[in-house]
Amino acid sequence: MADYIARMEHRVVITGIGLYSSIGIGKDAVIDSLRNGRSGVVYVDDRKPFGFKSCISGMVADPDLKGDLSRRQRIGMHQPAMFSYVAAKEALNQAGLDIEFLEKNDTGIIFGNDSTAGAVIATIDKVRLKKDTSLIGSGDIFQNMNCTVNMNLSTIFKLKGINFTLSAACASGSHSIGIGYLLIKQGLQDRIICGGAQEINPYAMGSFDGLGVFAINDEAPHKASRPFDKNRAGLVPSGGAAALIIESLESAQKRGAEILGEIVGYGFSSNGDHISNPNIEGQLKSLRMALRQSNLKPSDIDYINAHATSTPVGDSVEAQAINEVFGSETHVSSTKSMTGHECWMAGASEIAYSLLMMKNDFIAPNINYDTPDEFSQNINIVSKMLNKKFDCFLSNSFGFGGTNSSIIVKKFVT
Amino acid sequence: MTKDKITQTTIKFLSEEFEINPQEIIPENNLKETLDLDSLDYVDLVVVIEENLGFQPTREDFEQVVSFDDFYNLAEKRISKS
Repeated sequence: MADYIARMEHRVVITGIGLYSSIGIGKDAVIDSLRNGRSGVVYVDDRKPFGFKSCISGMVADPDLKGDLSRRQRIGMHQPAMFSYVAAKEALNQAGLDIEFLEKNDTGIIFGNDSTAGAVIATIDKVRLKKDTSLIGSGDIFQNMNCTVNMNLSTIFKLKGINFTLSAACASGSHSIGIGYLLIKQGLQDRIICGGAQEINPYAMGSFDGLGVFAINDEAPHKASRPFDKNRAGLVPSGGAAALIIESLESAQKRGAEILGEIVGYGFSSNGDHISNPNIEGQLKSLRMALRQSNLKPSDIDYINAHATSTPVGDSVEAQAINEVFGSETHVSSTKSMTGHECWMAGASEIAYSLLMMKNDFIAPNINYDTPDEFSQNINIVSKMLNKKFDCFLSNSFGFGGTNSSIIVKKFVT
Repeated sequence: MTKDKITQTTIKFLSEEFEINPQEIIPENNLKETLDLDSLDYVDLVVVIEENLGFQPTREDFEQVVSFDDFYNLAEKRISKS
C-alpha cells in the first residue's frame, strides 16, 4: 500500500508497455515496423461516401473480445475502451501484474482520451429511429462518456487507486504520463496505468478533415504523412491505444519487475494564443521545463521523438524550437510518418515507440523525409533507420488549444 | 403469434443476447437467475424483447414474471392485445 504522506521524492520507472497500433498489434510487431519504416496508413473505403476530402488513415480493426471478457464487461466498450483494454493487458502482463495483485495493491489509471464520437452517434441514431430512450440499452452511457477507458478498465482490472481521464487534445496521452509521474514522484501512488486512446471511425475525424488539414494521397497512402519534408501537405489521422505501467522504483524493485526506463522530466505549458496554430514560445517553455526538472543539459538528450504531424506550419515551428534548444546535432524523427497522427493516443504511443527503440538500440526513421525545408534543414532528422545505442530521449506532444507537453525518459541506472 | 412460436423466438434471442446455453432456458426455470440479470441487464432485456416480440414490458410486468413460462404467458397476452 502506498504511503500517502509524501515525505520524500520517488524515482519513477516504466515496467510495462502495451500497443494496439496501426503499425502493429503488440510490441514485437511494432518493433519490426519501426525498424523497417513500415507505414500503417491505408485507403479507407468509408471516407469518400461520408464526405471526407482525405480518404486515408492509419487503421486498426476492432478487437474481438468475446471469450476474453464477459458480456457485461464488453457492453460498455466502444473503440477507445476496446483498444485500450488490449494495450493495457499487454502492458500489465509485461509488468507482471495480475488482477489478484491489482485488487490488493492500490494501482491507478490515468488515460488520455478526447472523444467518443462513434459511440455517441450510434446512440443518437438509435434514439432518432425509435424515439424512445428506454430502447438505447444499458451499455451506451459507458461507451458515450469521455472517461469510457477509465470506467471500463478500472472495473475489469479491479483498480483501487487514482482513476480519471485526461483530456488535452493531441497531448492527452503525454500529459497522462506526466501527471502519473508527478503523483508517483510525490509518493501518492505506487503504480499507475497511463496511456492514450484514439477511436478510428469517420464520425471522430469528419470535423478535423473539414479544416482541410489532412493530406490527400489515395494512390500512395504510405507516402502521405511526411513530417518535416518540404513537400508535406497535411496530416493523416490514425488511432488505436497505448498503455504504460509506471511505478515507483521501490515498487518495481520489490516486485522484481524489469525496468524499461525512468521518467526524469515533465514539462508543460499553454500557449494562451490561437486555438489551432502552434506557438514557439509555448513549445520552448515546455521543452526547457522538462530539461530543468530532469537536471539534464540539452546535449544529454540523444533522441527527440517530435510531435511533427506533417502540417506545413506545425512542423516548421517545432523544428525551430528544437533547433533553438538542442541545436543541430540531436537525432530527431517523427514516428507519425509511419503511424499517421494518433491524436489523443499519440503522446503515450510515441513514448512507447521511443522506449522500444532505446531498448533495442535503434532510431526509427522519419520516413518520406526526402527534401528538407528552410527549418528542418537545421535539425538532425533521421530519414533512414539508424542502429544506435542511446540512453535518453525526449518526446514532444502539442495539442489544439495550445496545450504542450514534453517528457524525458532515461535508461535506468541504479 | 402462438405461445410455441413465442417460446422458440425467446429462447433464441435471450441465449444470444445474454450468452447462455439455450438448453438452460426451460419453462420452469427462474428467468432472473438463469440469465444472471442485474439492474442494468433489465434495460437490455426490454430492448431485445421490443426488437424481437414487438412490445415493451414494464417494471410492473417484470414483477409478475418469475419463470420463463410466466414470461411466455405475459408475451402471449401483450402480443394478442396489440
